[in-house]
Amino acid sequence: MAGANERTERNAINGTAADEGLASSLSQSELDRRMRRRGEESRWWWIVPTLYIIVLLLPIYWLINMSFKTNEEILNSLTLYPHAPTIANYVTIFTQKAWYSGYINSITYVVMNMVISVSVALPAAYAFSRYRFLGDKHLFFWLLTNRMAPPAVFALPFFQLYSAFGLIDTHIAVALAHCLFNVPLAVWILEGFMSGVPKEIDETAYIDGYSFPRFFVKIFMPLIASGIGVACFFCFMFSWVELLIARTLTTTDAKPIAATMTRTVSASGMDWGLLAAAGVLTLIPGALVIWFVRNYIAKGFALGRV
Amino acid sequence: MDKTWNNKAWFLVLPVLVLVAFTAVIPLMTVVNYSVQDTFGNNVFTWAGTEWFEELLSSSRFWEAMVRNLIFSFIILAIEVPLGIFIALNMPKKGWGVPVCLVLMSLPLLIPWNVVGTIWQVFGRSDIGLMGYYLNAIGIDYNYVQDPFDAWVTIIIMDVWHWTSLVVLLCYAGLVSIPDAFYQAAKIDGASRWAVFRYIQLPKMQRVLLIAVLLRFMDSFMIYTEPFVVTGGGPGNSTTFLSIDLVKTALGQFDLGPAAAMSLVYFLIILLLSWVFYTVMTNYDAER
Repeated sequence: MAGANERTERNAINGTAADEGLASSLSQSELDRRMRRRGEESRWWWIVPTLYIIVLLLPIYWLINMSFKTNEEILNSLTLYPHAPTIANYVTIFTQKAWYSGYINSITYVVMNMVISVSVALPAAYAFSRYRFLGDKHLFFWLLTNRMAPPAVFALPFFQLYSAFGLIDTHIAVALAHCLFNVPLAVWILEGFMSGVPKEIDETAYIDGYSFPRFFVKIFMPLIASGIGVACFFCFMFSWVELLIARTLTTTDAKPIAATMTRTVSASGMDWGLLAAAGVLTLIPGALVIWFVRNYIAKGFALGRV
Repeated sequence: MDKTWNNKAWFLVLPVLVLVAFTAVIPLMTVVNYSVQDTFGNNVFTWAGTEWFEELLSSSRFWEAMVRNLIFSFIILAIEVPLGIFIALNMPKKGWGVPVCLVLMSLPLLIPWNVVGTIWQVFGRSDIGLMGYYLNAIGIDYNYVQDPFDAWVTIIIMDVWHWTSLVVLLCYAGLVSIPDAFYQAAKIDGASRWAVFRYIQLPKMQRVLLIAVLLRFMDSFMIYTEPFVVTGGGPGNSTTFLSIDLVKTALGQFDLGPAAAMSLVYFLIILLLSWVFYTVMTNYDAER
C-alpha cells in the first residue's frame, strides 16, 4: 500500500521535473499567471470560511446575548445586544442547589465514565493493534455496532436492569450506561494511534527484559500519550452531550444539568434568560479543551479511521 | 503491519468484553425477552410469540416514522456532504488561519445535544428569536410550532448547522494528506480548478467521504434529542422520527411488548448499516 503510494508520488515528482523544461520555455509571467489562476493563491480564500463561521456563531451569540438579559427585555423587545446587561441569571444558577448540583452531577458521571472507558480500552486496543486472535474481526465489528446503536433502543432495558440492581439515580449507573458507546469509541481511537507506533519498539523492549505490564506503562503509554488524551476528550464529550440515557436513569440525586434544563422548558412560565445562561455554561467545557485536540478532532469523530 | 497470531490477546480484551456485556448484551436480551411476551402488569407475563412484530410491521405509524426518518437522512446528506466538501476546499492550508478555523468550526459539535435544540428553539421563535423575527419581518410567514413544513425546515437547518463541520473536518483531514507535488504537477500542466478537484482531490478524499457519509447517515437515522427539544415530534406527528416514537411507546406508555419489538427491528436496521460500514472500511483498507 505504501509502496504504491510512493510510486505515484515519485511519478508525480518526475513529472514535475520533466515538465520543468517545458515550463522554462514559457515566460515567467505566463507561469505566474497560471499559478495565480489556481484557487488557493487567491486573495479571497477567507470569504467562504468566514461566512460559514459567522453562520455557526450567530445562534450561539444569540444564546449568550439572551443569557445577559432580563426576562422583560427578552419578551418585550428584540434587541441585538443586552441594553441593560445583568448577571442575575448566572447568579441564580450558582446559588440555587437545584441548578448547580446538575453541573456537579454531570461532571461526576462524565469523569467516572471517562476513567472506566479509557482504562479498559487501553489493553483491548493494544490487542487489536498488535495481535490476530480467534474472532478478532467479529469482536471489533461487534464493538462498532454498540457505538452505532440508537440510545433509544437501550432506554427501556437500561431502566429495568439498573432498577434490578438498585442503581437508579446514582452516578455510577449513568457512567456504566455511557460505556455502551464510549468504550468502543475509545478502543477505535486508541487502536488508530497504537497502529502508528512501530512494532520494533515492543520487540526491543521485550528483548531488553521488560515484562508486559512494565513495558506498557513505562514505554508504550508515554508514546501514545496524545492518543490517550484524545480518547479521554472524546469520551468526555460524548458522555457530556448525551441526554436520553442520563435522563432515563436519574430522578433527583444524580440528575444531569441537561435534564434540569428540560424540566425548565416544560414549565409553563418560561424563564428564557435562565435557560440561556444554563445553556451557555454547558458550552464552556468543550470550548475550553478543544484547542488541545484541534489537530486530532477529525480523527476522533471518524472513530480513529482518518 | 503484520500481526502475530496470539490467542492470549483475549485476556487483554476481556475487561472490555465483560463491561460491554453488562451494558449491551444483558439489556438486549431483556428486549428480546419482552418482545415475545405480553403482560398485564404485576410481573405476570404470557407468551405472545411474534404477535408484536406482526402488529408493528403492519402498523402505519411505524412505517410513517421510518419514511420520515429516511427522507430526513437523505435531505441532510444531500445538503451537508456537498456543502462540507465546498467549505473544506476553501479552508486555508497553512498559517494562523488553520487552528482558528478548526477550533471555531468544531464548536457546534461539542455542544450538548439538548442545548443545540434549545439554541434553535429560541433562535427560530418569531417573538424572541433572531431568525424567526427577521424572517417574519421580511414577509415570510414562518412558525415552526404550528406549520409542519417550517418545523422540518428548522430541524434540517439545525442539523446542517450542527453537523456540517464534521464533514468539513473529515474532508480537510483528507485534503491535507495530499502531497504538494501533486498540485505542482497539476499547475505546470495547466490543469483547471475542476480537473484538480476531480482527479486529485476527490480520489484522495474518497475514504474520508465514505466515513462521513456513513456516520452522518447512521447518526441522523437515530436522531432523538434535538427534534425532541425543538418540536417534541410535532406539530401533530410531522417530525416524529423512529427514536422519538420508540421512547414515547417505551417510557411514555410503558407498552413493553410493542416497544421491545420496535427496538429490535430498529436495532437490526442499524446492525445492517454498521455491517455495510465495516465491510466497506475493511475492504478499502485491504485494497490500499
